[in-house]
Amino acid sequence: MAKSVAHHHNEEHGHEHVHHDLDSLKSFGFWIFLMTDVIIFGCLFAVYVVLRNNTAGGPTADELFKMPGVIAETFILLTSSFTSGLAVLAMHAGKRNQLIGWLAVTFLLGAAFITLEVTEFIDMVHEGATIATSGFLSGFFTLVGTHGLHVSIGLVWMIGLMLQLRKRGITKVTKRKVEVLSLYWHFLDVVWIFVLTVVYLMGVM
Amino acid sequence: MGQPTHGHGGHDAGHEGGHGSLKSYVIGFILSIVLTIIPLVVVMNDMMGKTGTIVLILIMAVLQFAVQLWFFMHLKEGENAKWNISALLFAILILFLVVVGSIWIMNYNMVAH
Repeated sequence: MAKSVAHHHNEEHGHEHVHHDLDSLKSFGFWIFLMTDVIIFGCLFAVYVVLRNNTAGGPTADELFKMPGVIAETFILLTSSFTSGLAVLAMHAGKRNQLIGWLAVTFLLGAAFITLEVTEFIDMVHEGATIATSGFLSGFFTLVGTHGLHVSIGLVWMIGLMLQLRKRGITKVTKRKVEVLSLYWHFLDVVWIFVLTVVYLMGVM
Repeated sequence: MGQPTHGHGGHDAGHEGGHGSLKSYVIGFILSIVLTIIPLVVVMNDMMGKTGTIVLILIMAVLQFAVQLWFFMHLKEGENAKWNISALLFAILILFLVVVGSIWIMNYNMVAH
C-alpha cells in the first residue's frame, strides 16, 4: 500500500506509516528466509564439492550427465525468471489479466523444468546411479533435488496466488505476495546457475 | 526486494518509477543469456585449460548472480534496501566460510590420507 500511495502522494507518506512499516517488515522477513536458504544451499554445495570425486566405483559425473537436457533446463528456468519479472511489471501497471497470464507462462516453464529434471533423475536411477550408489551421487541428488523441491513448492504457490488474484484482484496483500514470489523465483534461478556451473559444467569438463 | 521506492526525492529522472522497467528486465534477460552461453561454449568445446575454465565459469556465475540481483530483484531499491544488502552480505560471508572452509579442510588439510 503505502507503496503505491506513497508513490503518488509522497506527502501523505506519514499517515500510512504503521501499515507501511508492517508491510515492508513482511517483505524483509521473506528476504531473511531467502538468506537462510542461501546458507542451506551453501552447505549442500560444500558437501557436493567435497564428495564429488568419491564415486566408489560407480559412474562419474562425466559419464552420467547429459548436457542437452541440462542446457534446456537452464534456458527454460532463465526465461521463467524473466517472465516472472514481466508479471511484476504487469502488476504495477494494474493489469490483472496480464499479470495472471505471465504467472501462468512462468508456471508452465517451471513445470517443464521439473519434468525434464525428474526425467533426468529417473534415467540415472535406471542406469544404476541412485542416491545410495556413492558419496558423489548422494551429494548430487541432495543438492539438485533440494533445488527441484524448491521449484516444485514455487509452482504450488504460484497456482494458489493465481487463484487468489482471480478472486480478489490486485490488492496491497496480493501485490506483496506477487513481489515476494517473484523474488523467490529469481533466487531459484540464481541457485540453478551455480548448480549448472559447479555440478554440471565442472562435472563434464 | 522489488519495491518501489519513491526514494527520498520522489521520482528522480531516470529512476524508472522504482519497480524496474521493461527495459531493465530485457537488458537483464539478455545479459543473463549471454553469461550462460559463454561458459557453455567454453566448456563444451574444451576451449581453455582446466584452471582457466574453472575461473572463467565461476566469474560468469557470479556476474550472473549480480545481474539477477540488480535487474530482476532490484536490490538497491526500496526502503529496505540497506537492510536487505546487510543481510545478503552476511549470508554471503557465511556461505564463503562454509564452502571455502570445507573444501580447504577436506581437500588440503587432512592428516590421514
